[in-house]
Order: sequence, then C-alpha cells, then structure tokens
Amino acid sequence: MKATHTSKGEQFGTRLKDFARRLTPLAGVLIFLVAWHLAWAAAIVDPVLLPSPIAMFEAMLTGLQGDLGYHFLRTVERTVISFLIAAAIAMPLGLLLGSSVQLYRGCEFIIDFFRSTPASAVFPLFLVLFGVGDETKILVAVFGASLVILFNVAYGVMNVRQTRLLAAKVMGANRFQVLRDVVVWESLPQSFIGLRNGVSLALIIIIVAEMFIGSSDGLGYRLIEAQMLFRMPEMYAAIFLAGGLGYGLNVIFLLLEKRVIHWGGR
Amino acid sequence: MSSAARALDPGPAGDLRWFAPGTHITVRGLVKRFAEATVYDGFDLDIPRGRIVSVFGPNGCGKSTLINIISGLLPHDSGSILFDGKTIAETRIGYVFQNYREALFPWSRAIENIAYPLRRMGLGRTERKRRIEALIARFDVPIDFNRYPYELSGGQQQTVSIMRALVVEPEVLFLDEPFSALDYEMTLLMRDQLQKVFMDTRTTTVLVSHDLEEAVWLADKVLLLTRQPTRIAEFVDIDIARPRHDRTLTDPNFIALRSHCLEVFRREARAA
Repeated sequence: MKATHTSKGEQFGTRLKDFARRLTPLAGVLIFLVAWHLAWAAAIVDPVLLPSPIAMFEAMLTGLQGDLGYHFLRTVERTVISFLIAAAIAMPLGLLLGSSVQLYRGCEFIIDFFRSTPASAVFPLFLVLFGVGDETKILVAVFGASLVILFNVAYGVMNVRQTRLLAAKVMGANRFQVLRDVVVWESLPQSFIGLRNGVSLALIIIIVAEMFIGSSDGLGYRLIEAQMLFRMPEMYAAIFLAGGLGYGLNVIFLLLEKRVIHWGGR
Repeated sequence: MSSAARALDPGPAGDLRWFAPGTHITVRGLVKRFAEATVYDGFDLDIPRGRIVSVFGPNGCGKSTLINIISGLLPHDSGSILFDGKTIAETRIGYVFQNYREALFPWSRAIENIAYPLRRMGLGRTERKRRIEALIARFDVPIDFNRYPYELSGGQQQTVSIMRALVVEPEVLFLDEPFSALDYEMTLLMRDQLQKVFMDTRTTTVLVSHDLEEAVWLADKVLLLTRQPTRIAEFVDIDIARPRHDRTLTDPNFIALRSHCLEVFRREARAA
C-alpha cells in the first residue's frame, strides 16, 4: 500500500514538474507584463509616454475592429510578395553559383559586400529609379532578402557531402540528375536558414519603407501616424503587432523546416 | 580478335592486351599521382571473374584509391582499365561506401534508396517493383523498407546500401571497408550475408578491408599491396571451400593462410 502511495505521489510530482516546465516560457511574458504594469502604476515613466499594458491591448482590439487589420494585412502582403520574388531569384542563382566554386569565388566579394550593405542605404537610389510607389518598397526588400537567401543556398550547395555526390554518380546519375536528386536536397537545411532570415529581413525593410516612403497604408504607416498624432497606446499596439508578425513568420518557417527536413541533424 | 582468343594467346611479352583466362578486370600500366606523391606508377593487375578479391595493405598504400580508380570514381593519369575489354562507362557496377550514413539519401525511404539506381537505368515502375521484391526475398532480412535510413540500425543501413548496389545486377561489385563502422557481432552477420549473396550470384567482387581476418575469410584471393609507390606484394589464393563458417576462423588451413598474409603485410609495413 505504502509503495503504491509513494509511486502515486511521485507520479503527481512528475506531472506537476511537467506542467511547470511547460509554463516556464509563459512566466517570462507574465513577469514582463506585470513589471510594465507596475512601472506604469508607479508612474516611473510619464504615463503619457508609457501607457498601461491594458490600454495597449484595448487600443489593439479597437484597432483590429477598425482598420488596423487592413494595415496589418497590407504589410503581410508586401512582405510575402518581396519574399517570394527574392526566393524565386535567389534559389536558382544560389544553386548555380554554389555548383561552381570558381564562379562563386568570382562573385564572392560582390555578394558579401552587398549583403553587408544596410538595405536602407539603397532607399534613396531606388526612389530615384522607381519612384515612390509600392514597387520601390518591394524592390528594396527583394534586394535585401535575395542576397541573404543567395548566400545561404550557395553555401549549402558548396558543402554538399562528396560521398553522396559520388554515390549518385556511380549509380548512373548525370550532372543534372545529381543536382536535382542530391544537391538540392543536401543544401535544403542551409537554404531554409536563408529563407527564414530572408523573410525577417523583408519584414524589417517593408516596415521601414512604410514609415518613410510616401505610404498610405501598412503597419509602418500606422506606427508613424500614431506617433505624429501622439496616440501612444495605438503606437504600442502597432509595435506589438509588428513583433507578433515577425515572430509568427519565424515560427511558421521553423515548423515548415521541421516537416520538410525530417532527416535534419540525424 | 575475340576476347576468348585473346585470352588464350599469350602474346609477346609486354603486350598490354594479354590477360590470363578467367580474368574479368585488367589493369595495365596504371599511373596515379597526387600533388605530393606518386601512388601508382605502372601498376598491372588481373582481377578474376566470379571471385571475391580482398585488397589489403599498409596504411596509406592506396587501397581505396585503387578501387576508386577501377570503379571510375577517381580519375587516373594514365594506363588502361578494362572490364572484359569494355570501359567502365560500358560496364554496370555496384559500389558500397564505408560511410553508409553519408552514402544513403536520408530524405528518401529505404525502398526508394534501393530503387534509385533502377530509376537512373530508366526502368519502369513495375519492373523496378519486381526487381526489388526479388532482391528483398533473396536477402530475407527483417528490415522495414518503408522507414527512412536514419530510423534503421547501422547494420540495417549498410544492408540497404549493399542492396542498392546489387539491385542493378552489377557485373562487378565494389565494397570499400563496408563493415568497419559496425560492431563485431554485426560484422560477422554481414560477412555471412555477403557470402550468401555472392554464392547466389557469383558477381565479381572487389573488397577493401582493414581487417585481415575479414579479408581472408571473405576472399578467394587476397591482394597484398606494398607501401608507395604501390606494387603487388603478393596475390594470395585462399583455397577454402564455401560456405565458410565461424568455425572456419579456427581451421588450420585458414590460420596458416592468414599467418602467411600477416607475415607479408608485416614485411611490407616495415619496409621504409
């Protein structure tokens, strides 16, 4: 009897630990919100500059019932379009560059240089070239994201395991078949890192573009508008919505990665 | 001249076309240089048909280099390598790598891995299915072929590799230290398996081994190599009936042959 009792107690203990472990990530969020609320209640910062988290959530909800959802979707749309164009350009190009070490060495400096150039630095140039329309915002985001994707795909291709290439070759695969059946798959884990970073970068560029390049919609526009009208709860709401978008995109890519690259790390 | 007539005609000394009857692969005047060393400099070798040849020698003598050149994975500087008078491009071969983890395709199921070379041969779905089913029936191993390679044990993965090499019914099977990543128990099992398949098919087999016991146990002939520049130290006939068993390992004849090979190996390893 006693043994059973103990084991039941132990079981309960492990369950409790399990539950606690699952809640741990939420604890940080909770502490953050409580600290924020206390800081507001104690008026450590001017309450006008730092509204309470409750006021922020209220502003977010009202906003979403109004047109904030539309602005949110406009940002999503621009980010996704830029990302898709960037991926469509950079993935085949990365495969090509990575397949030839000589070709890559030839382009390495150019790629590294422009990859290190802050994409925001090309805004003025792109404005002159393409005007103030949506195209410019999307093109700058494509510029930034495609270089990140290109670099990672090419890197993945160059680090393909030689044994696997030889195995395909010895089984009668020609150059194209080796590329399609081995190289593309082998480079996929590294390519996914590029895609994930690429979409994050596209979002950053799109938000900045919406703030400063003659926009009439998008989260960036709403941010700058709220700031100019000094509607602080709305501004915080837009910030957290942008954060949620970035986080959500990252999570989608991580889940996709786990599904597609089921062999990763094994 | 037909290859049979050529084989019977001893020809003038130094005639590269001459080879002994029963020969499958002829290597003549092979030269292979790496940046820092000449590994093979005018190397000749006859590999018999329907036999297992083990390649054994001191570290860095170029055992793997030799089978990689013969199997066409590695280019050579000069010399000719013919399979029954045919080039490697005209010959169907199977190759089993030492590192099965890096040789199998982890994104494909085991069965798709085995089907891959059949696809490259351009066979249709039904013919692929028929061949794979026949092969699985012959192997008779408890493997779930619908699993991915990383879900299988090391021995199962290497079995899948061997099946992938055999499914095309190759004229020659090459194995580069195929069991060196497996534990001893699994190695014994895999040796048995390989011998069984060999006795079924009588495929000409060239095997690199770093384990002398394994090299002798599996082989009809053990090719002992010298240090670089590599020559043949001795090409030892292993005249022991098949099937060989675990108790073959304690057979006096086996022990004598292994001791002889070890002696030659020691001599060559010492030679500076």
